[in-house]
Amino acid sequence: MRAEAKTEALTARTAALTASGSGWLGAARRDAVARLAAMGLPTKRDEYWRYTDPASLTAATPEPAALFDAGDEAPAFDGIDAVKLVFVDGMFDPAQSDDPATAGIEITHLSQAEGVDIHWAREVYGVLEARGQIPVQRPLATLNTAYATQGFLIRATAKAAKPVSFIYHHKSTTSDALLHHCIKMEPGSELTILESGPAAARMTSVMEVEVADGARFHHIRAQGRDHARRAATHVFSRIGAGALFKSFTLTANGCLTRNEQIVELVGNDGVAHVAGAAVGDGTFHHDDTVFMTHEGLRCESRQVFKKVLMNGAVGVFQGKILVKPGAQKTDGYQISQSLLLDGDSQFLAKPELEIYADDVKCSHGSTSGAIDDTALFYLQSRGVPKRVAQSLLVLAFLAEAIGEIEDEAIAEDIRLRLEGWLQRHEH
Amino acid sequence: MDGVELEVRDGVDRETIETVQAMSGKYKHGWETDVEMDYAPKGLSEDIVRLISAKNEEPQWMLDWRLAAYHRWVKMEEPTWAMVSYPKIDYQDQYYYAKPKSMAVKPKSLDEVDPKLLATYAKLGIPLKEQALLAGVEAPEGERKVAVDAVFDSVSLGTTFKKELAKAGVIFCSISEAVREHPELVKKYIGSVVPPTDNFFATLNSAVFSDGSFVYIPPGVKCPMELSTYFRINAENTGQFERTLIVCDRGAYVSYLEGCTAPKRDIPQLHAAVVEIVILEDAEVKYSTVQNWYPGDENGVGGIYNFVTKRADCREARAKVMWTQVETGSAITWKYPSCILRGDDSQGEFYSIAIANNAQQADTGTKMIHLGKRTKSRIVSKGISAGRAQNTYRGLVSMHPRATDSRNYTQCDSLLIGDKCGAHTVPYIEVKNNSSRVEHEATTSKVDEDQLFYCRSRGMDEEEAVALVVNGFCKDVLQALPMEFAMEAQALVAISLEGSVG
Repeated sequence: MRAEAKTEALTARTAALTASGSGWLGAARRDAVARLAAMGLPTKRDEYWRYTDPASLTAATPEPAALFDAGDEAPAFDGIDAVKLVFVDGMFDPAQSDDPATAGIEITHLSQAEGVDIHWAREVYGVLEARGQIPVQRPLATLNTAYATQGFLIRATAKAAKPVSFIYHHKSTTSDALLHHCIKMEPGSELTILESGPAAARMTSVMEVEVADGARFHHIRAQGRDHARRAATHVFSRIGAGALFKSFTLTANGCLTRNEQIVELVGNDGVAHVAGAAVGDGTFHHDDTVFMTHEGLRCESRQVFKKVLMNGAVGVFQGKILVKPGAQKTDGYQISQSLLLDGDSQFLAKPELEIYADDVKCSHGSTSGAIDDTALFYLQSRGVPKRVAQSLLVLAFLAEAIGEIEDEAIAEDIRLRLEGWLQRHEH
Repeated sequence: MDGVELEVRDGVDRETIETVQAMSGKYKHGWETDVEMDYAPKGLSEDIVRLISAKNEEPQWMLDWRLAAYHRWVKMEEPTWAMVSYPKIDYQDQYYYAKPKSMAVKPKSLDEVDPKLLATYAKLGIPLKEQALLAGVEAPEGERKVAVDAVFDSVSLGTTFKKELAKAGVIFCSISEAVREHPELVKKYIGSVVPPTDNFFATLNSAVFSDGSFVYIPPGVKCPMELSTYFRINAENTGQFERTLIVCDRGAYVSYLEGCTAPKRDIPQLHAAVVEIVILEDAEVKYSTVQNWYPGDENGVGGIYNFVTKRADCREARAKVMWTQVETGSAITWKYPSCILRGDDSQGEFYSIAIANNAQQADTGTKMIHLGKRTKSRIVSKGISAGRAQNTYRGLVSMHPRATDSRNYTQCDSLLIGDKCGAHTVPYIEVKNNSSRVEHEATTSKVDEDQLFYCRSRGMDEEEAVALVVNGFCKDVLQALPMEFAMEAQALVAISLEGSVG
């Protein structure tokens, strides 16, 4: 019954899609089609979809999403000097973009990659995604590997002069975007990737990041602010010895966002931090699903996820720290917290630990509750108006997540966006 | 260390190795009692359900209830979500009913019970004489009494202190007796907390349960003594399906203890129990378990497969329940004693120590379902893994929209002894209102080297030192146990970990 439903959904969802292309890319896509056929699409009865109904993500066509004018604030990361690559409804728009050649790193659009044998990319494209299917299947990511034709292959061999900024515009109410980026960080290299914008009525994205020994990778993302948009994003990363991976996501608005982070610490002494701050009002369903796997010795991982929810918004956190046998001296930390600003909002969490090595330090914490009345009262007694006091406390609550951003200018940009959101949503 | 993998290393004398070897897989209660048994034919069918019902001289409604459960069960699938793995159970290759032949005519009192059976309990240290106390413990003021219901395979041998309890209006008897003597109470409450449709194992139990205890505490009565049921599996290839029902009426109080053991056998045995507790306004129930079923040998051969559904329903305002469990036995443990906090201001507490050594696998935890306003719950779980064992805490804390101003605090700590075992935590947290506060904390660590070194520098050997450190790790839970059980549990913690260091 269930398997049939999954297959039927898959047939409908992929009816208008073709896994095209020749060469290595075509082969990777066809392989994904075969893997996907064996999985089918997720349903609400799947363990890792119990808190988020995937129906609107797996439906044949996206629900129309009204456009939103975010003209009341500057675009995200506007003041950051970066190589800008602009997508409109999931299609790369060279006219609005900087010339990728100016970046000083290798940047190739997927459409140009088919004919040429980009040897590094064939070891990343669909490979990290396929590895991330065990033990939990992520069919939407495989769907993306099979059918995405938009996205970039990026390779850094040294410290990049400036960040690469993906900007996603949403102009059509019915757009259905599939974006697939691959990033290869060669030993000792360093790069920051920025992502911003609502992308499309529905977006399904995959980013595969291979961080070789001693490389440093930073990822900062601002999702929003269209209310009706939907997104399923996946970041698969494999982190080498002494390498660093940091990813932060700000989510404001959007009726459904599912952000998956699948991290493998394969080398010794690797560091992986994933963090998120989500603010939602009304029809807002936000899901962070994180799988952190420790294989190397002495690796450090942190997961810091904070959500501020009001007027019936729903926050979901599913996070796992898996320490494989032999991954001794692991230091794993995970915190998931929600601030419920009224009685209608919900927080659903499943913070897991799965540990097969004894000399490790792993902890997780999860809390949920309203704003602390005592703190509010204290600020008010000092003459701070209630609305301002409330915003201050919300920002303080989110501070630990924002603290995961290393670049101070980018962190300040995120902070200002949050302050703006809070001002617009004061109640 | 695994008994089989011991190697003589430099600097370790042979005597030490032999001592460790002798201890590994040590299980005190692994002997069996040689009595003639009356078995129902092997396998499970509608006829077997009818036969069990007939053996218990049950009324038609009880049989119908069982048959409905049976017909549902045959259509159900065994759950696979727990982090335990075991060979497929052949449900047709089991006996579902085993009764000592000497119990064919029901003894009028415990004095008439076959001395061999009574000797079994004497050897286990369970007092079936009415003046006696739990073995090994002196009475603090020579006054503590414990009433015992002794269940042997599929039947209850008898219940002590019945008269004295009856004076207080307390009913304490086997469930089969309760079905006959107090049908109105049983009919009203059975299946009202764990419905026969609840889950695969609960449905199986509803079809074939043989015996277990029934407790009714009338309004306003503080049960004059602790009540206890002792389950012993003796017969081979026989599943035990006990069913316990405790009803604590308004303003009443009872403390109930449960113990269990089984002989060492190479073939795994099935145990699927259901415990239901109904707690009415202002009443309080304390339920303590020391689960010490045979865990299998160090290679994972044999042992009890323990699939248990335990649930308490705080049905009215200010009802209170406290689960305390020490899980040291069983090859497989699948057990989630839960609290439904329906009444306003009701409270649920869950204290658990789960120890898995050698090849044991435990997947255990609790569910706290907050439905009433201002309900409170607290979860303290301590998991200890050693050898090649896997130990999982799995729990749910749910705050419904109506459960305003409620509180939960959860603490799950895991301790790993050795690098071949696993410790896992799978909590589900569902908060649907904002005036409630939910806090969950979990840690995983190894036995602290400094603490061990300190103990050893004071002349303790390594096993004693580990036992002491582990007992310290468990103390929050041990303190929640009634005194007699606390002593036993503390000793058990040490025994269960024997052979785990080396």
